[in-house]
Amino acid sequence: MGAENLVLTEEQEELRDSLRRFLADRSPMSRVRQTIETTEGFDRALWDRMAADLSLQGMAVPDTCGGAGFGQVEMSIVMEELGRALVPSPFLASAVLATNALLALDDADAIRELLPSIAAGRTIATLAVAEDGGGWEAAKIATTAVLDGDGWRLQGTKTPVVDGIAADLVVVVAHAGGELGFFTVDGDAPGLSRTRLAGLDLTRQLASLEFSGTPARRLVCEDATGALNQVLDVASVALAAEQLGGLQRCLEMSVDYAKARAQFGRPIGSFQAVKHLCADMHVAMELARSAVRYAAWAADAAPGELPVAAGLARAFCSEAFFKVAADTIQVHGGIGFTWEHDAHLYYRRAKSSELLLGGPVKVRERLAERLGV
Amino acid sequence: MGEARGPAEQNFRVRARAWLEANATRRSDEDGRQARRWDLASARVFQGKLHDAGFAGVAWPTAYGGQGLTPADQRAFDEEAREFDLPGEFFGIGMGMCGPTLLDLGTDEQKLRYIRPLLRGEEVWCQLFSEPGAGSDVASLQTRAVKEGDVWVVSGQKVWTSVARFADLGALIARTDPDVPKHDGITMFVVDMHAPGVTVRPLRDMTGGATFNEVFFDGVRVPAENVIGEVNAGWAASVRMLIHERVSIGGTTRSRRGAAFATLTEVARSRGVDRDPVVRQRLAELYVRERVVHLFGTRLAQEARLGRSPGSRGSVGKLAGAELARFSAGVAAELLGSDAIAWDGTDREAARWAAALLSAPAGGIAGGSNEIQRNIIGERVLGLPKEPQVDRDVPFRELRVGTRSPSPRAGGS
Repeated sequence: MGAENLVLTEEQEELRDSLRRFLADRSPMSRVRQTIETTEGFDRALWDRMAADLSLQGMAVPDTCGGAGFGQVEMSIVMEELGRALVPSPFLASAVLATNALLALDDADAIRELLPSIAAGRTIATLAVAEDGGGWEAAKIATTAVLDGDGWRLQGTKTPVVDGIAADLVVVVAHAGGELGFFTVDGDAPGLSRTRLAGLDLTRQLASLEFSGTPARRLVCEDATGALNQVLDVASVALAAEQLGGLQRCLEMSVDYAKARAQFGRPIGSFQAVKHLCADMHVAMELARSAVRYAAWAADAAPGELPVAAGLARAFCSEAFFKVAADTIQVHGGIGFTWEHDAHLYYRRAKSSELLLGGPVKVRERLAERLGV
Repeated sequence: MGEARGPAEQNFRVRARAWLEANATRRSDEDGRQARRWDLASARVFQGKLHDAGFAGVAWPTAYGGQGLTPADQRAFDEEAREFDLPGEFFGIGMGMCGPTLLDLGTDEQKLRYIRPLLRGEEVWCQLFSEPGAGSDVASLQTRAVKEGDVWVVSGQKVWTSVARFADLGALIARTDPDVPKHDGITMFVVDMHAPGVTVRPLRDMTGGATFNEVFFDGVRVPAENVIGEVNAGWAASVRMLIHERVSIGGTTRSRRGAAFATLTEVARSRGVDRDPVVRQRLAELYVRERVVHLFGTRLAQEARLGRSPGSRGSVGKLAGAELARFSAGVAAELLGSDAIAWDGTDREAARWAAALLSAPAGGIAGGSNEIQRNIIGERVLGLPKEPQVDRDVPFRELRVGTRSPSPRAGGS
């Protein structure tokens, strides 16, 4: 029996409630719709308020580095609410991926110089790992870094990079001689060309980043592979929480519609075929929530359990969110298949999130390995 | 689990553990499968000792033979007891369902008469609800009780009755007024299972085993003082008992963490297929499904400790558990291949998983089918409207029930 704590404290519930009110107010779906039509693809005004009013970007950054000093449980609450409201923002890229990359390394100078600005939302950062045809794993990385005089230069292409266009700072994983290393590159560095990719998910921007002799700063790191695994584990927990939020919203939309829509003289939710679809969504939500709570608890309190817990949460939430998003369209019928209805935005997000950071087959293989199979 | 406990409860827990260590056997299997088969006589002796030591009916009133402690103490005992091999199969229905319902609704005389022998294992109880024509819709039951002077005369058939073969007493629901809507004409009784006219027949299920029984009542005479609660208020009493049932099932069958995953990983290894990428995918998927169901149970238990009642969310665990059992058995069959359909008599793993495959369908039917659980979740948790009901306001005798046609005139059914 583990000692896992799966129940939120009153303060954590309050954080969730205030965040939900904030997003309902500042980022309703009408606003999301406007934002995704813009070239930038995210809501910079909202981003600034998230930092100024709620310090969200620095939620899980230690207070010594300019953050709020909370843990992954609080971070999972933030991600769940952002996922529920389908907020288009570089939060995953900057506050989760890049932030945790810096925290996983051993470079005190870089942390001191870079993290406070990221935690305050002034700098938008991202982490570039995946490469064409490869996954989010060390073994598939072909980008190289070579020493040129007293500086490093990067060569290679990273794709997809989450919010690669918006990023002021890119943390890049590349081969330096025989070993893997972490580097930082400025978003406007010479020799970096960034291409916005057409994407399935309209609410998350993905880009391709081509490095041609791009000047880079090498970060101090003793075990780059270990650090990469650590970052991906923590990010997996955050992404699973975001998936849970999207799932929760789909469930709510479906139940509301099943109560309101009448056919054959009665609400469609009174038909067992529809009711049972909704009941299965609810079961998925309860199980996904249990997995996310456990994984977030493990990230904070039982790091030894994190590799398995993160894989568990990712595997379950990926499958559950996509199934619920697809069933949400089914419950809505024809209206759910229209551009105007929000269901497709969640459906797009669900599939896109499932395949981000390595798809379900890789997640399960990694999990099997970690479980000693 | 993480949260603080009171010193009194901690004390009680320590005493309980010490007593169990001294008087009970630890479960031998890693995954908590029962190590020994109890017979009724030794089970009764053990239960008497358990009561003497102050661990039976922990939260029940002392006036009737309980210990007068708190539900938290009872949970502490249950948690400690999970590691040990107790004779729950004979007494579980009495302790988990009939006893609590008697405490809720019984007269003082009934409680004084029945509770102590129940706690001591001197009288085994069974629950007589389901009928051939009344499964998911148990309120459409047809067993009749007709008042003759000071006694009720009971005739009819019950089915799926666990432990009926060993039972001394049963909590029976029967139709006492067929001329009112079905929920309004039911009464609950205590019946003596040794009374003339009671016949118990083991019912062989699809696994080949016989854990259930059919019970026939042929003019069985039940004294009027054996009514539990009010005459014709038996539906409310049944609902109470079903709530106790759900709580008691939820408390005892929480699966061990990762049990199927661990044993099936061993199976994969012993058969040399653990490096097969497809097998690894299936094992990881099994781990995920099994673990999330377990975590959900843990979360509900933690919330219950904080005073948040699980309510109808118990249905989520029941449904997910039933689906998990089917999934696990499917993975097992995939791994075992042809050994799942024909095996050497000494191959315990193959035999065990064949049994699991055969018992998997029961989980989706017993204690409320998957469909009923989905209705409960849909209606009580999500607030979706019910199906239009055709049986609410109609006298029972005019309803179609099971395979019976309605009988508009008095007299026939």
